[in-house]
Amino acid sequence: MVVRSSSDTPPGGPRRPPLSTASLMLRLGGIAVVVAAVAGAFAYVHGNLDPQRLTPKALVDVLEKNNGVHPGFRRNHGKGVCVIGHFESSGEARAFSTAQVFNEAQTPVVGRFALPSGNPYAPDSSVPIRSLALRFTQANGQQWRTGMNSMPVFPVGTPEAFYQLQQAQSPDPATGKPDPTKVPAFFAAHPEAVPFLTWIKTAKPSASYATETYNSVNAFYLVDGNGNKQAVRWSMAPVARDAAGATAPEGGDFLEKDLVQRLASGPLRFQLNITLANPEDPVNDASKNWPAERKVLNAGTLVLEKTQPQLSGECRDINYDPLVLPAGIQGSDDPLLAARSAGYADSYLRRTSEVSQLPAAKQEARP
Amino acid sequence: MSAQPTHFVLLARLLHWLMAVMIIAMLFIGAGMVTSVSERHEWLIHLHKPLGIAILALVIVRLLVRWSTRQPPLPADLPDWQALAAKASHWLLYGLMLVLPLLGWAMISASGEPVMLGTALQLPSIVPADAQLFALLRKAHGYLAYLLFLTVLVHLAAALFHGWIRRDEVLDSMLRGRDRS
Repeated sequence: MVVRSSSDTPPGGPRRPPLSTASLMLRLGGIAVVVAAVAGAFAYVHGNLDPQRLTPKALVDVLEKNNGVHPGFRRNHGKGVCVIGHFESSGEARAFSTAQVFNEAQTPVVGRFALPSGNPYAPDSSVPIRSLALRFTQANGQQWRTGMNSMPVFPVGTPEAFYQLQQAQSPDPATGKPDPTKVPAFFAAHPEAVPFLTWIKTAKPSASYATETYNSVNAFYLVDGNGNKQAVRWSMAPVARDAAGATAPEGGDFLEKDLVQRLASGPLRFQLNITLANPEDPVNDASKNWPAERKVLNAGTLVLEKTQPQLSGECRDINYDPLVLPAGIQGSDDPLLAARSAGYADSYLRRTSEVSQLPAAKQEARP
Repeated sequence: MSAQPTHFVLLARLLHWLMAVMIIAMLFIGAGMVTSVSERHEWLIHLHKPLGIAILALVIVRLLVRWSTRQPPLPADLPDWQALAAKASHWLLYGLMLVLPLLGWAMISASGEPVMLGTALQLPSIVPADAQLFALLRKAHGYLAYLLFLTVLVHLAAALFHGWIRRDEVLDSMLRGRDRS
Protein backbone atom coordinates (compact mmCIF):
# COMPACT_ATOMS: atom_id res chain seq x y z
CA MET A 1 0.00 0.00 0.00
CA VAL A 2 1.05 3.54 -0.65
CA VAL A 3 1.06 5.43 2.62
CA ARG A 4 1.45 9.15 2.58
CA SER A 5 4.18 10.42 4.83
CA SER A 6 2.97 12.32 7.83
CA SER A 7 6.27 13.68 9.11
CA ASP A 8 6.85 17.41 9.11
CA THR A 9 9.76 17.32 6.70
CA PRO A 10 8.66 15.79 3.41
CA PRO A 11 10.93 12.92 2.34
CA GLY A 12 13.37 13.93 -0.32
CA GLY A 13 14.57 17.01 1.47
CA PRO A 14 13.30 20.54 1.90
CA ARG A 15 10.89 22.19 -0.55
CA ARG A 16 12.41 23.51 -3.74
CA PRO A 17 12.22 27.29 -4.35
CA PRO A 18 9.18 28.23 -6.46
CA LEU A 19 9.63 28.36 -10.25
CA SER A 20 9.52 31.65 -12.08
CA THR A 21 6.56 32.00 -14.43
CA ALA A 22 8.83 31.69 -17.46
CA SER A 23 10.48 28.55 -16.11
CA LEU A 24 7.10 27.05 -15.20
CA MET A 25 5.77 27.66 -18.71
CA LEU A 26 8.89 26.20 -20.25
CA ARG A 27 8.65 23.06 -18.14
CA LEU A 28 4.93 22.60 -18.79
CA GLY A 29 5.70 23.08 -22.47
CA GLY A 30 8.41 20.43 -22.21
CA ILE A 31 5.93 17.93 -20.76
CA ALA A 32 3.45 18.75 -23.50
CA VAL A 33 6.13 18.18 -26.16
CA VAL A 34 7.12 14.78 -24.73
CA VAL A 35 3.51 13.59 -24.47
CA ALA A 36 2.66 14.94 -27.92
CA ALA A 37 5.72 13.22 -29.42
CA VAL A 38 4.67 9.83 -28.03
CA ALA A 39 1.03 10.35 -29.05
CA GLY A 40 2.14 11.54 -32.49
CA ALA A 41 4.40 8.52 -33.00
CA PHE A 42 1.46 6.30 -32.07
CA ALA A 43 -0.84 8.10 -34.50
CA TYR A 44 1.82 7.71 -37.21
CA VAL A 45 2.15 3.96 -36.65
CA HIS A 46 -1.63 3.69 -36.43
CA GLY A 47 -1.95 5.29 -39.88
CA ASN A 48 -3.87 8.37 -38.72
CA LEU A 49 -1.37 10.70 -40.39
CA ASP A 50 -1.44 8.74 -43.65
CA PRO A 51 -4.95 8.53 -45.10
CA GLN A 52 -3.52 6.96 -48.27
CA ARG A 53 -2.24 3.87 -46.44
CA LEU A 54 -3.98 0.70 -47.52
CA THR A 55 -5.49 -0.76 -44.35
CA PRO A 56 -7.46 -3.95 -43.73
CA LYS A 57 -10.47 -1.71 -43.11
CA ALA A 58 -10.12 -0.03 -46.52
CA LEU A 59 -9.89 -3.42 -48.25
CA VAL A 60 -13.07 -4.68 -46.61
CA ASP A 61 -14.86 -1.33 -47.00
CA VAL A 62 -14.41 -1.41 -50.78
CA LEU A 63 -15.84 -4.94 -50.89
CA GLU A 64 -18.85 -3.72 -48.92
CA LYS A 65 -19.22 -0.73 -51.20
CA ASN A 66 -19.27 -2.96 -54.28
CA ASN A 67 -21.46 -5.73 -52.93
CA GLY A 68 -23.58 -4.11 -50.26
CA VAL A 69 -23.45 -4.99 -46.58
CA HIS A 70 -24.92 -8.39 -45.76
CA PRO A 71 -24.71 -8.64 -41.97
CA GLY A 72 -23.18 -11.83 -40.64
CA PHE A 73 -21.87 -12.99 -44.04
CA ARG A 74 -18.28 -13.07 -45.25
CA ARG A 75 -17.40 -9.84 -47.03
CA ASN A 76 -16.07 -11.86 -49.94
CA HIS A 77 -16.99 -15.40 -51.00
CA GLY A 78 -20.26 -14.78 -49.16
CA LYS A 79 -22.27 -17.60 -50.75
CA GLY A 80 -21.15 -21.13 -50.02
CA VAL A 81 -21.69 -24.45 -48.35
CA CYS A 82 -19.81 -26.33 -45.63
CA VAL A 83 -18.26 -29.72 -46.36
CA ILE A 84 -16.99 -32.27 -43.86
CA GLY A 85 -14.43 -34.94 -44.56
CA HIS A 86 -10.83 -35.96 -44.06
CA PHE A 87 -7.47 -36.04 -45.76
CA GLU A 88 -5.56 -39.26 -46.42
CA SER A 89 -1.84 -38.65 -46.75
CA SER A 90 0.07 -40.57 -49.41
CA GLY A 91 3.35 -39.93 -47.62
CA GLU A 92 4.87 -38.33 -50.74
CA ALA A 93 5.21 -34.87 -49.15
CA ARG A 94 6.80 -36.28 -45.99
CA ALA A 95 10.34 -35.83 -47.30
CA PHE A 96 9.68 -32.12 -47.83
CA SER A 97 7.63 -31.15 -44.78
CA THR A 98 7.48 -32.08 -41.12
CA ALA A 99 3.77 -31.12 -40.99
CA GLN A 100 1.81 -33.83 -39.24
CA VAL A 101 -0.88 -33.71 -41.94
CA PHE A 102 1.58 -35.36 -44.35
CA ASN A 103 2.71 -37.94 -41.82
CA GLU A 104 -0.51 -39.18 -40.27
CA ALA A 105 -2.76 -41.55 -42.19
CA GLN A 106 -5.84 -39.34 -41.74
CA THR A 107 -6.53 -35.74 -40.75
CA PRO A 108 -10.08 -34.38 -40.25
CA VAL A 109 -11.15 -31.52 -42.52
CA VAL A 110 -13.87 -28.87 -42.35
CA GLY A 111 -14.16 -27.10 -45.70
CA ARG A 112 -16.28 -24.69 -47.63
CA PHE A 113 -17.10 -24.37 -51.32
CA ALA A 114 -18.05 -20.83 -52.33
CA LEU A 115 -18.53 -18.22 -55.01
CA PRO A 116 -15.97 -15.42 -55.15
CA SER A 117 -18.47 -12.61 -54.69
CA GLY A 118 -19.27 -10.42 -51.72
CA ASN A 119 -22.98 -10.92 -52.39
CA PRO A 120 -24.29 -14.03 -50.59
CA TYR A 121 -27.30 -14.09 -52.96
CA ALA A 122 -25.30 -13.91 -56.22
CA PRO A 123 -26.57 -16.37 -58.86
CA ASP A 124 -24.22 -19.35 -59.27
CA SER A 125 -23.87 -18.58 -62.98
CA SER A 126 -22.74 -14.99 -62.33
CA VAL A 127 -19.04 -15.81 -61.86
CA PRO A 128 -16.85 -18.33 -63.71
CA ILE A 129 -14.76 -18.98 -60.59
CA ARG A 130 -15.44 -21.26 -57.61
CA SER A 131 -13.45 -21.52 -54.41
CA LEU A 132 -12.62 -24.22 -51.89
CA ALA A 133 -11.38 -23.41 -48.41
CA LEU A 134 -10.12 -26.11 -46.06
CA ARG A 135 -9.17 -26.43 -42.43
CA PHE A 136 -7.08 -29.48 -41.57
CA THR A 137 -6.91 -30.12 -37.81
CA GLN A 138 -3.81 -32.13 -36.95
CA ALA A 139 -3.68 -34.55 -34.04
CA ASN A 140 -1.19 -32.21 -32.29
CA GLY A 141 -3.75 -29.37 -32.38
CA GLN A 142 -2.01 -27.33 -35.05
CA GLN A 143 -4.08 -26.37 -38.07
CA TRP A 144 -3.57 -25.85 -41.77
CA ARG A 145 -6.04 -23.43 -43.31
CA THR A 146 -6.07 -22.75 -47.01
CA GLY A 147 -8.35 -20.79 -49.30
CA MET A 148 -8.10 -21.97 -52.90
CA ASN A 149 -9.66 -20.74 -56.14
CA SER A 150 -10.41 -22.39 -59.45
CA MET A 151 -8.24 -19.88 -61.31
CA PRO A 152 -4.57 -20.76 -61.78
CA VAL A 153 -3.23 -17.26 -61.07
CA PHE A 154 -4.43 -14.11 -59.35
CA PRO A 155 -5.24 -11.11 -61.59
CA VAL A 156 -2.64 -8.93 -59.85
CA GLY A 157 0.40 -9.42 -57.64
CA THR A 158 -0.04 -6.82 -54.91
CA PRO A 159 -2.75 -5.80 -52.42
CA GLU A 160 -2.58 -2.21 -53.73
CA ALA A 161 -3.43 -3.36 -57.28
CA PHE A 162 -6.20 -5.61 -55.92
CA TYR A 163 -7.64 -2.61 -54.09
CA GLN A 164 -7.52 -0.49 -57.26
CA LEU A 165 -9.24 -3.27 -59.19
CA GLN A 166 -12.02 -3.28 -56.59
CA GLN A 167 -12.26 0.51 -56.79
CA ALA A 168 -12.63 0.25 -60.57
CA GLN A 169 -15.73 -1.88 -59.96
CA SER A 170 -17.29 0.43 -57.37
CA PRO A 171 -20.64 1.98 -58.19
CA ASP A 172 -20.40 5.54 -59.47
CA PRO A 173 -22.23 7.80 -56.99
CA ALA A 174 -23.95 9.60 -59.91
CA THR A 175 -25.39 6.56 -61.69
CA GLY A 176 -25.33 3.94 -58.93
CA LYS A 177 -23.59 1.63 -61.41
CA PRO A 178 -19.90 0.92 -62.01
CA ASP A 179 -18.31 3.00 -64.77
CA PRO A 180 -17.83 0.43 -67.60
CA THR A 181 -14.63 2.09 -68.82
CA LYS A 182 -12.78 1.73 -65.52
CA VAL A 183 -12.05 -2.01 -65.46
CA PRO A 184 -10.66 -2.08 -69.03
CA ALA A 185 -8.56 0.98 -68.16
CA PHE A 186 -7.27 -0.80 -65.06
CA PHE A 187 -6.24 -3.88 -67.03
CA ALA A 188 -4.62 -1.73 -69.73
CA ALA A 189 -2.43 -0.24 -66.99
CA HIS A 190 -1.71 -3.65 -65.40
CA PRO A 191 0.06 -5.94 -67.84
CA GLU A 192 0.69 -8.42 -64.99
CA ALA A 193 -2.99 -9.39 -65.37
CA VAL A 194 -2.41 -10.99 -68.81
CA PRO A 195 -2.07 -14.60 -67.55
CA PHE A 196 -5.33 -14.22 -65.59
CA LEU A 197 -7.14 -12.52 -68.50
CA THR A 198 -5.96 -15.24 -70.87
CA TRP A 199 -7.39 -17.88 -68.55
CA ILE A 200 -10.69 -16.13 -67.88
CA LYS A 201 -11.45 -15.84 -71.62
CA THR A 202 -12.11 -19.56 -71.75
CA ALA A 203 -13.50 -19.94 -68.23
CA LYS A 204 -17.21 -20.75 -67.90
CA PRO A 205 -19.30 -21.01 -64.74
CA SER A 206 -19.20 -24.72 -63.93
CA ALA A 207 -22.36 -26.72 -63.20
CA SER A 208 -20.71 -28.31 -60.18
CA TYR A 209 -18.23 -27.55 -57.43
CA ALA A 210 -17.02 -31.14 -57.77
CA THR A 211 -15.53 -30.83 -61.25
CA GLU A 212 -13.20 -27.91 -60.60
CA THR A 213 -9.52 -27.84 -59.68
CA TYR A 214 -8.76 -25.47 -56.82
CA ASN A 215 -5.40 -23.71 -56.64
CA SER A 216 -3.53 -22.13 -53.75
CA VAL A 217 -2.57 -19.35 -56.19
CA ASN A 218 -0.10 -17.96 -53.61
CA ALA A 219 3.20 -19.73 -52.96
CA PHE A 220 4.26 -21.28 -49.66
CA TYR A 221 7.27 -23.15 -48.31
CA LEU A 222 7.39 -26.75 -47.20
CA VAL A 223 9.99 -27.10 -44.44
CA ASP A 224 11.70 -30.43 -43.75
CA GLY A 225 13.30 -31.72 -40.55
CA ASN A 226 16.61 -30.03 -41.38
CA GLY A 227 14.97 -26.66 -41.96
CA ASN A 228 15.32 -26.86 -45.76
CA LYS A 229 12.64 -24.82 -47.48
CA GLN A 230 11.04 -25.78 -50.79
CA ALA A 231 8.78 -23.22 -52.48
CA VAL A 232 5.48 -24.75 -53.58
CA ARG A 233 1.99 -24.06 -54.82
CA TRP A 234 -0.74 -26.63 -54.30
CA SER A 235 -4.03 -27.59 -55.84
CA MET A 236 -6.95 -29.92 -55.22
CA ALA A 237 -7.92 -31.75 -58.41
CA PRO A 238 -11.10 -33.84 -58.69
CA VAL A 239 -10.30 -37.55 -58.92
CA ALA A 240 -13.36 -38.51 -60.99
CA ARG A 241 -13.88 -35.95 -63.72
CA ASP A 242 -17.28 -37.22 -64.71
CA ALA A 243 -18.89 -34.04 -65.97
CA ALA A 244 -15.88 -31.79 -66.25
CA GLY A 245 -16.51 -28.78 -68.38
CA ALA A 246 -20.28 -28.96 -68.14
CA THR A 247 -21.60 -25.44 -68.40
CA ALA A 248 -23.83 -24.12 -65.71
CA PRO A 249 -27.56 -23.86 -66.17
CA GLU A 250 -28.83 -20.30 -66.01
CA GLY A 251 -29.72 -18.84 -62.68
CA GLY A 252 -29.50 -19.21 -59.04
CA ASP A 253 -28.69 -22.00 -56.74
CA PHE A 254 -27.72 -25.17 -58.55
CA LEU A 255 -24.22 -25.66 -57.07
CA GLU A 256 -25.26 -26.62 -53.56
CA LYS A 257 -28.02 -28.95 -54.83
CA ASP A 258 -25.57 -30.62 -57.18
CA LEU A 259 -23.11 -31.16 -54.33
CA VAL A 260 -25.76 -32.68 -52.04
CA GLN A 261 -26.90 -34.99 -54.86
CA ARG A 262 -23.37 -36.18 -55.61
CA LEU A 263 -22.58 -36.80 -51.95
CA ALA A 264 -25.79 -38.84 -51.57
CA SER A 265 -24.18 -41.46 -53.81
CA GLY A 266 -20.80 -41.49 -52.05
CA PRO A 267 -17.88 -39.32 -51.01
CA LEU A 268 -16.10 -36.93 -53.37
CA ARG A 269 -12.35 -37.25 -53.77
CA PHE A 270 -9.77 -34.65 -54.68
CA GLN A 271 -6.05 -35.22 -55.10
CA LEU A 272 -3.70 -32.79 -53.35
CA ASN A 273 -1.06 -31.91 -55.92
CA ILE A 274 1.94 -29.98 -54.63
CA THR A 275 3.99 -28.29 -57.34
CA LEU A 276 7.68 -27.80 -56.50
CA ALA A 277 9.16 -24.52 -57.72
CA ASN A 278 12.50 -24.26 -59.44
CA PRO A 279 14.79 -21.62 -57.98
CA GLU A 280 13.97 -19.20 -60.82
CA ASP A 281 10.18 -19.42 -60.41
CA PRO A 282 8.47 -16.33 -58.94
CA VAL A 283 7.51 -17.07 -55.34
CA ASN A 284 6.29 -13.58 -54.45
CA ASP A 285 3.99 -12.95 -57.41
CA ALA A 286 0.66 -14.80 -57.60
CA SER A 287 -0.16 -13.22 -60.97
CA LYS A 288 2.52 -15.31 -62.73
CA ASN A 289 2.22 -18.92 -63.86
CA TRP A 290 4.94 -21.42 -63.12
CA PRO A 291 6.09 -23.54 -66.09
CA ALA A 292 3.91 -26.61 -66.61
CA GLU A 293 6.79 -29.11 -66.47
CA ARG A 294 7.53 -28.60 -62.78
CA LYS A 295 7.65 -31.68 -60.55
CA VAL A 296 4.32 -32.37 -58.85
CA LEU A 297 3.87 -34.46 -55.69
CA ASN A 298 0.67 -36.38 -55.14
CA ALA A 299 0.47 -35.63 -51.43
CA GLY A 300 -2.76 -37.48 -50.74
CA THR A 301 -6.51 -37.53 -51.13
CA LEU A 302 -9.16 -35.22 -49.76
CA VAL A 303 -12.33 -37.21 -49.07
CA LEU A 304 -15.47 -35.11 -48.66
CA GLU A 305 -18.35 -36.98 -47.04
CA LYS A 306 -21.19 -34.59 -46.34
CA THR A 307 -22.39 -31.02 -46.61
CA GLN A 308 -23.75 -28.68 -43.97
CA PRO A 309 -25.62 -25.39 -44.58
CA GLN A 310 -23.20 -22.50 -44.31
CA LEU A 311 -25.36 -20.63 -41.78
CA SER A 312 -25.42 -23.47 -39.27
CA GLY A 313 -22.48 -25.66 -40.29
CA GLU A 314 -19.05 -25.95 -38.76
CA CYS A 315 -17.42 -23.80 -41.46
CA ARG A 316 -19.46 -20.72 -40.57
CA ASP A 317 -17.22 -19.55 -37.76
CA ILE A 318 -13.92 -20.46 -39.43
CA ASN A 319 -11.76 -17.69 -40.82
CA TYR A 320 -9.90 -19.44 -43.67
CA ASP A 321 -6.82 -17.29 -43.13
CA PRO A 322 -4.13 -18.72 -45.44
CA LEU A 323 -1.42 -17.93 -42.89
CA VAL A 324 -2.79 -20.28 -40.23
CA LEU A 325 -0.21 -22.97 -40.91
CA PRO A 326 1.23 -25.93 -39.00
CA ALA A 327 4.94 -26.36 -38.29
CA GLY A 328 6.38 -27.66 -41.57
CA ILE A 329 4.50 -25.22 -43.83
CA GLN A 330 5.37 -21.50 -44.03
CA GLY A 331 4.01 -18.53 -45.92
CA SER A 332 6.13 -17.08 -48.71
CA ASP A 333 6.91 -13.39 -49.10
CA ASP A 334 4.02 -13.04 -51.55
CA PRO A 335 2.54 -9.69 -50.39
CA LEU A 336 -0.99 -10.94 -51.09
CA LEU A 337 -0.71 -13.50 -48.29
CA ALA A 338 -0.26 -10.93 -45.52
CA ALA A 339 -3.01 -8.80 -47.07
CA ARG A 340 -5.41 -11.75 -47.19
CA SER A 341 -4.63 -12.56 -43.56
CA ALA A 342 -5.17 -8.93 -42.49
CA GLY A 343 -8.30 -8.42 -44.59
CA TYR A 344 -9.89 -11.72 -43.54
CA ALA A 345 -9.33 -10.79 -39.89
CA ASP A 346 -11.21 -7.53 -40.40
CA SER A 347 -14.06 -9.26 -42.24
CA TYR A 348 -14.16 -11.95 -39.53
CA LEU A 349 -14.56 -9.37 -36.76
CA ARG A 350 -17.35 -7.61 -38.68
CA ARG A 351 -19.32 -10.77 -39.35
CA THR A 352 -18.82 -12.39 -35.94
CA SER A 353 -20.21 -9.15 -34.46
CA GLU A 354 -23.36 -9.69 -36.55
CA VAL A 355 -24.08 -13.38 -35.97
CA SER A 356 -27.45 -12.57 -34.38
CA GLN A 357 -28.49 -10.79 -37.59
CA LEU A 358 -28.04 -13.83 -39.83
CA PRO A 359 -31.24 -15.07 -41.49
CA ALA A 360 -30.87 -18.53 -39.90
CA ALA A 361 -30.36 -17.04 -36.44
CA LYS A 362 -33.45 -14.91 -36.88
CA GLN A 363 -35.49 -17.94 -37.96
CA GLU A 364 -34.23 -19.94 -35.01
CA ALA A 365 -35.20 -17.12 -32.71
CA ARG A 366 -38.81 -17.28 -33.88
CA PRO A 367 -41.12 -19.23 -31.57
CA MET B 1 8.70 0.64 12.92
CA SER B 2 11.51 1.31 10.45
CA ALA B 3 11.60 4.50 8.39
CA GLN B 4 9.59 4.68 5.17
CA PRO B 5 11.62 3.73 2.10
CA THR B 6 12.45 6.63 -0.16
CA HIS B 7 12.97 4.56 -3.31
CA PHE B 8 11.53 1.47 -4.97
CA VAL B 9 13.58 -1.68 -4.49
CA LEU B 10 15.94 -2.65 -7.32
CA LEU B 11 13.75 -5.52 -8.57
CA ALA B 12 10.69 -3.25 -8.68
CA ARG B 13 12.63 -0.63 -10.63
CA LEU B 14 14.00 -3.21 -13.07
CA LEU B 15 10.52 -4.64 -13.66
CA HIS B 16 9.09 -1.15 -14.13
CA TRP B 17 11.54 -0.07 -16.79
CA LEU B 18 11.67 -3.43 -18.57
CA MET B 19 7.90 -3.56 -18.75
CA ALA B 20 7.68 0.10 -19.74
CA VAL B 21 9.73 -0.69 -22.83
CA MET B 22 7.79 -3.87 -23.54
CA ILE B 23 4.36 -2.32 -23.09
CA ILE B 24 5.08 0.73 -25.20
CA ALA B 25 6.55 -1.56 -27.88
CA MET B 26 3.46 -3.75 -27.60
CA LEU B 27 1.07 -0.80 -28.01
CA PHE B 28 2.92 0.38 -31.10
CA ILE B 29 3.09 -3.16 -32.51
CA GLY B 30 -0.65 -3.53 -32.03
CA ALA B 31 -1.43 -0.16 -33.60
CA GLY B 32 0.75 -0.91 -36.63
CA MET B 33 -0.56 -4.45 -36.99
CA VAL B 34 -4.25 -3.63 -37.22
CA THR B 35 -3.72 -0.85 -39.75
CA SER B 36 -1.40 -2.64 -42.15
CA VAL B 37 -1.92 -5.15 -44.95
CA SER B 38 1.78 -5.47 -45.79
CA GLU B 39 4.21 -8.16 -44.64
CA ARG B 40 4.63 -5.94 -41.59
CA HIS B 41 1.20 -7.16 -40.46
CA GLU B 42 2.48 -10.71 -40.36
CA TRP B 43 5.76 -10.18 -38.55
CA LEU B 44 4.17 -7.79 -36.07
CA ILE B 45 1.61 -10.47 -35.14
CA HIS B 46 4.45 -12.93 -34.63
CA LEU B 47 6.05 -10.46 -32.18
CA HIS B 48 2.76 -9.49 -30.54
CA LYS B 49 1.79 -12.93 -29.26
CA PRO B 50 4.99 -14.01 -27.45
CA LEU B 51 5.57 -10.48 -26.16
CA GLY B 52 2.04 -10.45 -24.74
CA ILE B 53 2.60 -13.71 -22.90
CA ALA B 54 5.93 -12.40 -21.57
CA ILE B 55 4.14 -9.30 -20.24
CA LEU B 56 1.51 -11.51 -18.60
CA ALA B 57 4.21 -13.53 -16.82
CA LEU B 58 6.11 -10.41 -15.77
CA VAL B 59 3.07 -8.57 -14.43
CA ILE B 60 2.35 -11.52 -12.14
CA VAL B 61 5.91 -11.36 -10.81
CA ARG B 62 5.57 -7.60 -10.52
CA LEU B 63 2.37 -7.79 -8.46
CA LEU B 64 4.06 -10.29 -6.13
CA VAL B 65 7.01 -7.92 -5.75
CA ARG B 66 4.64 -5.04 -5.15
CA TRP B 67 2.80 -6.91 -2.40
CA SER B 68 5.96 -8.22 -0.74
CA THR B 69 8.01 -5.00 -0.62
CA ARG B 70 7.39 -1.53 0.75
CA GLN B 71 6.81 1.40 -1.56
CA PRO B 72 8.01 4.93 -0.95
CA PRO B 73 5.07 7.07 0.19
CA LEU B 74 3.64 9.85 -1.93
CA PRO B 75 4.76 13.33 -0.82
CA ALA B 76 2.88 14.54 2.24
CA ASP B 77 1.92 17.82 0.59
CA LEU B 78 0.40 16.19 -2.51
CA PRO B 79 -3.20 17.39 -2.92
CA ASP B 80 -5.74 14.70 -2.12
CA TRP B 81 -7.09 14.50 -5.66
CA GLN B 82 -3.60 13.94 -7.05
CA ALA B 83 -2.89 11.23 -4.49
CA LEU B 84 -6.18 9.55 -5.39
CA ALA B 85 -5.46 9.87 -9.12
CA ALA B 86 -1.99 8.39 -8.57
CA LYS B 87 -3.36 5.34 -6.77
CA ALA B 88 -6.29 4.83 -9.14
CA SER B 89 -4.12 5.13 -12.27
CA HIS B 90 -1.58 2.67 -10.89
CA TRP B 91 -4.20 0.03 -10.23
CA LEU B 92 -5.70 0.72 -13.67
CA LEU B 93 -2.25 0.16 -15.19
CA TYR B 94 -1.74 -3.10 -13.30
CA GLY B 95 -5.26 -4.24 -14.21
CA LEU B 96 -4.80 -3.55 -17.92
CA MET B 97 -1.34 -5.18 -17.98
CA LEU B 98 -2.96 -8.30 -16.60
CA VAL B 99 -6.23 -8.25 -18.55
CA LEU B 100 -4.98 -7.35 -22.04
CA PRO B 101 -2.78 -10.44 -22.56
CA LEU B 102 -5.55 -12.63 -21.11
CA LEU B 103 -8.08 -11.07 -23.51
CA GLY B 104 -5.70 -11.63 -26.44
CA TRP B 105 -5.21 -15.26 -25.46
CA ALA B 106 -8.95 -15.74 -24.92
CA MET B 107 -9.96 -14.11 -28.20
CA ILE B 108 -7.67 -16.38 -30.24
CA SER B 109 -9.08 -19.33 -28.30
CA ALA B 110 -12.63 -18.17 -29.10
CA SER B 111 -11.81 -17.85 -32.80
CA GLY B 112 -10.99 -21.58 -32.90
CA GLU B 113 -7.43 -20.95 -34.06
CA PRO B 114 -4.65 -22.76 -32.24
CA VAL B 115 -2.88 -20.32 -29.91
CA MET B 116 0.62 -20.47 -31.35
CA LEU B 117 3.72 -18.74 -30.01
CA GLY B 118 6.09 -19.13 -32.90
CA THR B 119 5.83 -22.04 -35.31
CA ALA B 120 5.68 -24.97 -32.90
CA LEU B 121 4.88 -23.82 -29.36
CA GLN B 122 1.15 -24.08 -28.70
CA LEU B 123 -0.73 -22.78 -25.66
CA PRO B 124 -4.01 -24.37 -24.57
CA SER B 125 -7.29 -22.65 -25.42
CA ILE B 126 -8.73 -20.87 -22.39
CA VAL B 127 -12.29 -20.41 -23.68
CA PRO B 128 -14.37 -22.54 -26.07
CA ALA B 129 -14.56 -21.61 -29.77
CA ASP B 130 -17.52 -19.23 -30.11
CA ALA B 131 -17.92 -16.56 -32.79
CA GLN B 132 -19.95 -14.11 -30.72
CA LEU B 133 -17.62 -14.46 -27.76
CA PHE B 134 -14.71 -13.85 -30.13
CA ALA B 135 -16.24 -10.59 -31.37
CA LEU B 136 -16.78 -9.40 -27.81
CA LEU B 137 -13.26 -10.30 -26.65
CA ARG B 138 -11.62 -8.88 -29.77
CA LYS B 139 -13.35 -5.52 -29.33
CA ALA B 140 -12.56 -5.43 -25.61
CA HIS B 141 -8.91 -6.16 -26.43
CA GLY B 142 -8.82 -3.24 -28.87
CA TYR B 143 -10.65 -0.65 -26.77
CA LEU B 144 -8.80 -1.51 -23.57
CA ALA B 145 -5.49 -1.24 -25.44
CA TYR B 146 -6.39 2.33 -26.40
CA LEU B 147 -7.30 2.95 -22.75
CA LEU B 148 -3.92 1.55 -21.69
CA PHE B 149 -2.15 3.87 -24.11
CA LEU B 150 -4.04 6.87 -22.72
CA THR B 151 -3.24 5.80 -19.16
CA VAL B 152 0.44 5.43 -20.08
CA LEU B 153 0.41 8.98 -21.49
CA VAL B 154 -1.16 10.33 -18.29
CA HIS B 155 1.38 8.36 -16.23
CA LEU B 156 4.23 9.81 -18.30
CA ALA B 157 2.88 13.36 -17.96
CA ALA B 158 2.41 12.92 -14.20
CA ALA B 159 5.94 11.54 -13.75
CA LEU B 160 7.37 14.56 -15.56
CA PHE B 161 5.12 16.87 -13.55
CA HIS B 162 6.64 15.44 -10.37
CA GLY B 163 10.17 15.65 -11.75
CA TRP B 164 10.09 19.01 -13.50
CA ILE B 165 7.35 21.09 -11.85
CA ARG B 166 6.92 19.84 -8.30
CA ARG B 167 10.54 18.67 -8.19
CA ASP B 168 9.64 16.21 -5.43
CA GLU B 169 11.09 12.75 -4.88
CA VAL B 170 8.48 10.77 -6.86
CA LEU B 171 10.29 10.46 -10.20
CA ASP B 172 13.60 9.97 -8.44
CA SER B 173 12.21 7.05 -6.43
CA MET B 174 11.81 5.05 -9.65
CA LEU B 175 14.98 6.31 -11.34
CA ARG B 176 17.58 5.35 -8.74
CA GLY B 177 18.12 3.44 -5.52
CA ARG B 178 19.12 6.30 -3.22
CA ASP B 179 18.99 10.07 -3.04
CA ARG B 180 21.36 12.15 -5.09
CA SER B 181 24.14 13.28 -2.79
